[in-house]
Amino acid sequence: MAKVQGAIEVNEFTCKGCSLCVEACPTDVIRLAKEVNAKGYNFAYMFDPEACNGCSNCAMVCPDSCITVYRVKLAETA
Amino acid sequence: MAIDIKEIIKPENIVYKKSSLLTDNVMHYCPGCTHGVVNRLVAEVIEEMGIQEETIGVTPVGCAVLLYNYIDIDWQEAAHGRAPALGTAIKRLRPDRYVFTYQGDGDLAAIGTAETIHACNRGEKIVMIFINNGIYGMTGGQMAPTTLEGMKTATSPFGRDASHDGLPIKITEIVATLPGTSYVTRQAAHTANSVRKLKKALKKAFLNQKEGKGTSFIEVVSTCSSGWKLNPVDSNKWMEDNMFPYFPLGDIKDE
Repeated sequence: MAKVQGAIEVNEFTCKGCSLCVEACPTDVIRLAKEVNAKGYNFAYMFDPEACNGCSNCAMVCPDSCITVYRVKLAETA
Repeated sequence: MAIDIKEIIKPENIVYKKSSLLTDNVMHYCPGCTHGVVNRLVAEVIEEMGIQEETIGVTPVGCAVLLYNYIDIDWQEAAHGRAPALGTAIKRLRPDRYVFTYQGDGDLAAIGTAETIHACNRGEKIVMIFINNGIYGMTGGQMAPTTLEGMKTATSPFGRDASHDGLPIKITEIVATLPGTSYVTRQAAHTANSVRKLKKALKKAFLNQKEGKGTSFIEVVSTCSSGWKLNPVDSNKWMEDNMFPYFPLGDIKDE
């Protein structure tokens, strides 16, 4: 079976740190950063990039549309 | 086998991105507000149907009052509660346009109850989107007609007392009994699954309008983390535990 690898890009300027994406992620990829953005929110970031499968659940629940989701199929390595 | 993240983040690998109809303005909603999700879904549905040039939205008074800043289509701003009346006028003057109203519970179910019921009863060929969070969010969390029994708000600090204030109004069930409505449904937007279902419902509503069917009415059970004094994640849990038993999800009418 071909494996998929995903990645997300969070717009840290518009993220409001509501952490709904953290809850929605089935593989616990996302966490809130310790730093804050210009508005004082702890923005979301990829804590564990290797676990991401690009399911886009985080982008589905994001109220501020700040998540872009990418996915690639990895070639089979026997 | 690990792959470099820069290899993945390329335009050809995008599986989900922000709709091109959404403007670059940062939404004014509080963190975790359901409005943001529903705004985005409306933009996505309009984009997928390719009806950006033919769609006219009517914004309410309430938290969604600035909605016209976020989606790049034609808009009109209605007086408080009068969005269905304005939507009626637009649709009757321009029957070739897609018209939808977007209202909260204080707008649609309190001050605008008459407009809502009569627009649905006349079977106006518009889409009505109803955001129900059981509170007046924008003005500081006062009791709304949809506030649950026992729920504490700024104007019911000991909880809503049914003997004094009555029980919460189920406006969606009321309009479902009217012959003018063709599609009445209640959805939520708290999980990825429910967001996908809501998007399907919105698309169906706009397709109904294309086919000239009666009013499509979509209620979205929502959160108000600021008004409920909970964080966004706890708000979703509170909504599941308390709102869903009284406001059950699902299609109520589909003709």
